[in-house]
Amino acid sequence: MDLLVLLIPTFPLVAVLLNGLLGSRYSHDLAHRLAWGSVGLSFLCSIGVFTETIRTGVAREVVAYQWIFGGDLTVNLAFLIDPLTCIMLLVVTGVGFLIHLYSVGYMHGEEGFTRFFTYMNLFMVSMLLLVMGNNYLVLFIGWEGVGLCSYLLIGYYFDKVSAAKAATKAFVVNRIGDAGFLLAIFLVFVNFKTLDYTQVFAQASQLSTGMATAIALCLLVGAVGKSAQIPLYTWLPDAMEGPTPVSALIHAATMVTAGVYMIVRNHVIYDMAPVALSTVAWVGGLTALFAATIGLVQTDIKRVLAYSTVSQLGYMFLACGIGAYTAAVFHLMTHAFFKALLFLSAGSVIHALSGEQNIMKMGGLKAKIPWTHALFLVGTLAIAGIFPLAGFWSKDEIMAHAFVHGQYALYAMAAIGAFLTAFYMFRLTYLTFYGTSRLDPHTAEHVHESPPIMIWPLAVLAVLSVLGGFLGVPPEAGWFHHFLHPVVTAVGAGEEHGGGVGLVMTLMVVATAIALLGWGLAHYLYSIRTEAADNVAAKAPGVYTTLLNKYYVDECYDALIVEPVKRLGLVWDWFDRTVIDGVVVGVGRMTQSGSALSTRIEKYVIYGALNVVGYANHLAARSWRRLQTGQVHQYAAIIVAGLFILVHLILAWWTGTSGTGMAR
Amino acid sequence: MLEELTFGFPILSMLLFFPLVGGLILCLLDDDDLIKNAALAVAGLELVLAIVVLLRFIPDSAAMQFSEQVAWIPPLGISYHLALDGISVLFVGLTAFLTVLIVLYSWDTVRHQIKVYFAALLALETTIIGVFVSIDLILFFVFWELMLIPSYFLIKLWGGGAERQYAALKYVLYTLLGSVFMLLGIVLLDLNYHEWAVAHHIEPSYTFDFLQLLMIPIPPDRQVLIFWLIFLGLVFKAPLFPFHTWLPDVLIEGPIGMAVILAGIKLGTYGFIRFSLPLLPEASQDGGVVAVMMTLGLLAIIYGAIVALIQPDFRRLLAFSSISHLGFVVVGLFALNFQGLQGSLLTMINLGFSTAGLFFLAGFLYTRRQSTHLSSFGGLAKKVPLLATFLLIIGLASIGLPGTNGFVGEFLILLGAFEAYWLYGAVAVTGVIFGAAYFLWYYERAMFGPLTQGLGHAIADLNARETVIAASLSVMIFWIGLYPAPFLHIMNGSVQALVNRLDRGSVAADKPSAIGIQPSAQKAGPEVRGGHHAERTRVSVSLKAES
Repeated sequence: MDLLVLLIPTFPLVAVLLNGLLGSRYSHDLAHRLAWGSVGLSFLCSIGVFTETIRTGVAREVVAYQWIFGGDLTVNLAFLIDPLTCIMLLVVTGVGFLIHLYSVGYMHGEEGFTRFFTYMNLFMVSMLLLVMGNNYLVLFIGWEGVGLCSYLLIGYYFDKVSAAKAATKAFVVNRIGDAGFLLAIFLVFVNFKTLDYTQVFAQASQLSTGMATAIALCLLVGAVGKSAQIPLYTWLPDAMEGPTPVSALIHAATMVTAGVYMIVRNHVIYDMAPVALSTVAWVGGLTALFAATIGLVQTDIKRVLAYSTVSQLGYMFLACGIGAYTAAVFHLMTHAFFKALLFLSAGSVIHALSGEQNIMKMGGLKAKIPWTHALFLVGTLAIAGIFPLAGFWSKDEIMAHAFVHGQYALYAMAAIGAFLTAFYMFRLTYLTFYGTSRLDPHTAEHVHESPPIMIWPLAVLAVLSVLGGFLGVPPEAGWFHHFLHPVVTAVGAGEEHGGGVGLVMTLMVVATAIALLGWGLAHYLYSIRTEAADNVAAKAPGVYTTLLNKYYVDECYDALIVEPVKRLGLVWDWFDRTVIDGVVVGVGRMTQSGSALSTRIEKYVIYGALNVVGYANHLAARSWRRLQTGQVHQYAAIIVAGLFILVHLILAWWTGTSGTGMAR
Repeated sequence: MLEELTFGFPILSMLLFFPLVGGLILCLLDDDDLIKNAALAVAGLELVLAIVVLLRFIPDSAAMQFSEQVAWIPPLGISYHLALDGISVLFVGLTAFLTVLIVLYSWDTVRHQIKVYFAALLALETTIIGVFVSIDLILFFVFWELMLIPSYFLIKLWGGGAERQYAALKYVLYTLLGSVFMLLGIVLLDLNYHEWAVAHHIEPSYTFDFLQLLMIPIPPDRQVLIFWLIFLGLVFKAPLFPFHTWLPDVLIEGPIGMAVILAGIKLGTYGFIRFSLPLLPEASQDGGVVAVMMTLGLLAIIYGAIVALIQPDFRRLLAFSSISHLGFVVVGLFALNFQGLQGSLLTMINLGFSTAGLFFLAGFLYTRRQSTHLSSFGGLAKKVPLLATFLLIIGLASIGLPGTNGFVGEFLILLGAFEAYWLYGAVAVTGVIFGAAYFLWYYERAMFGPLTQGLGHAIADLNARETVIAASLSVMIFWIGLYPAPFLHIMNGSVQALVNRLDRGSVAADKPSAIGIQPSAQKAGPEVRGGHHAERTRVSVSLKAES
């Protein structure tokens, strides 16, 4: 079992090394086989670890080696295998494997094919460290590691300026979050003198509420950065510059959920900090709603999905914030299925249209790419929360939990968000696959269905999107809940009560009604009365433009943060050159003009003093003097003269202090 | 406090003088190829020697190892006293390592007066190693000053910029000015010892020996004075904001080899951890001193990073990034706890791979475009993938990405600083964000985007020699990043001893540590030097009686 655990990240690591160092020496075929093969093996190992965990029912720690140590700090490169990790492992390696397979078809013929798979595998390694680590620092290696891979893959088409900019932005914005995360790690260490989860959580009850809140909020800063929540979400839509499988794997299914994983992992601390917890809930609720509104009007197929991801991550945060950790992880999992499905189907569309991403230039594709259409539709139904697909169960559970626990404001936000989600997803579907074709004629000629290696992974994801929700049925008492129970239950907390059956059923009906309403509106605007949508936009141009421009948040950040910092850099650079260096050069000049004086000082004072010491010294000084020429000589002379005076002053003080504080 | 262990063979003297002798022999040769090969052989053998030292070094020990001592100017108590401990030994390895790479780099980039160049470089290596192996403060000071001579000529004669004369002079004067104060500080240490020795009838009453000076008390107000004097010598050299303005000039005007040394070998901050902290523990913990040092460190971190952000010239950017990194080191040092000191020490070593590595990369860029200015680049990644990859790896190490060496050091520094003064630590953490911004923004503009017009055919990827340089740096970066255990073991003993000393103050009753166990592999030595030991015991007993 220990070996199995260690093998999980090792397989992709080996593939990274082989493809990274030798990839240029062998064929693309070997490169991609290594890549998906290694992830497949990790998946098999993960299944092994998973079944073992079910069988034994105990968490297990595996130490690879001692990483950083000294003083009272010891950090191992070590792994913790518990139900939460198992779920994450299966999602990451399972969905990851499917996306790797898909990529073989999608990336076929791309320049840098091997580079792509090297980065993808490196991402897998980092993500696995992230979810498997048994302490905060291993989590942090994975945390920044996935950030690096995200950077590399967003910038995959690096000769495109927009891609290069998006990559830098993603990394730097994430670093803001990471700084917060680091502070949390320091606080944890200062309080517990260890960074191992098990020890920290065992002692967590000793924390004061204030300290727990501080740690939880610092962690939240990290989570907000990685999981693209308000106010640090702006990098994720731009991240769509990366190839579509990257968007599916990193920017939808796995990496961006790391923040949710981290909060659930630390729920013991969050449970002690009600203020932090409600902050999480409100950040999540606001983000869910806010991102959904932007998603309403975007015209790039991937950007709609990106804002949808931000919004869905908001649901997961909301769930965490109201203590519904299981529901958060449940939604994380179902979201991984249907959002990967949606992104990859979108990729299939883009593939079919030779790179076109603007949905205003699509339409009527249903007949031309039927498989892609069917799969995309499954994804849409799942994310919209149509009964009984996966998204229905997980989203409903979050909303029901909010309602049952009296968080009506949050419930309302989630409900409106759900309505908007259904609306923009069906809008996307209608604009892409239905109605009349708005393709430009040249593209239209080449429309083709994707090859089987792209369709089959989608089919698997579609099945998961349909059936995955049943793992959590009945709500709050399904298999999923029992499996996660040991991890997410706070020490001493009682069983959760999900309200009466009647209430639960009512909420389900309401949720379904909300989703159908969104669908209906989209159907009306984009299928029946196609001109109506434009009318709505025309009636409120201000709102429409604001949404289209994403509330001008990027522009605000640029004007308020980026530009001022650059200007500060310019000012300080000027200061450095003119003021600081000016003083130095000024002193130098002074020295030069004072050289006549200095020569005299040198002659009478210094050599005079040396004469007192002795004639031999005098000779030595003269020969030393002959060695010197020009400026150096003058500078040195004034230094010596100044020093001469200084030495006297210091020695005078020194003799004054003689003996003070010293026993004789 | 510190055990002294000898080695059956004067390996440190050998290590110290071998490059100098090699350099002199080089002067006898005439053929250019032969000179290059000979220089490489000397630098390579020196590296082998340094590796032997590292392998024979007893880890987790606070002992001064490989000790050699010969009287030099007995009336003044000055001796030729060499030894290495966990604080200094890695620097010796680093110096030898970087010198080999500089020789490789200079192979076809230095074209005139090759003989003198390599001789000067090797002489410089001797003086730098001298700084690290010296235990006698005057000997240390002599090497500290001697370093200026080869440096001056390297900058002046082989610099690439038009202002190289000015830069060379500026560097020398700056350092000289600082070292005058440092010398005064050293003399005051000696005078203090003298006063004490006379009062306690100890002969000889003069000494500049670090280990002897550690034994006696220094009144706190004197400590503070001496601290600031030595401080001036160290910060000018380091250089620490606002004493840094020579650095950008020298790094841009001087040859790449010199830039690698100045950016990669952190002599200034080494001086703090080697001498200032242990000799002046009360001054180092003085509220005012800590506040000033922390403030300077934080200013350097943020000032350096923000000024670096807008630099269009890569070498000037690196100069300010270097200043920013030194800020981290200072913050770690004056956290004065285990993690902070360990992190600072490791970071000093790390910068020898990352910042120095980036200067090699700057050199590669310079070789191709005769400039490191942004206007010469743009979209290079497609043309020179190998160069772009190594630039990214080494750059990420310099901004402390986990998995690279930079992270381990930076994390420990920040952790230490946070433990000691959480607010200082929290401010320092922002440096992590700016670091990513300035490096990646430059990288984006130089390497990404469409290829700048006219660059198409003119530019070649790394050649074999350049690849060896970049790859060996990368190996070190990942080694320390992923498995730093050997390095941490080497430094931990000495860092712990320093922490203990700081905790107890200068007049602590230093018990000889129990770590000086002889490994069976080292039959010839090291062994404890009995006489010295006995004397030391006497000293601490008498001190106890007083207090």
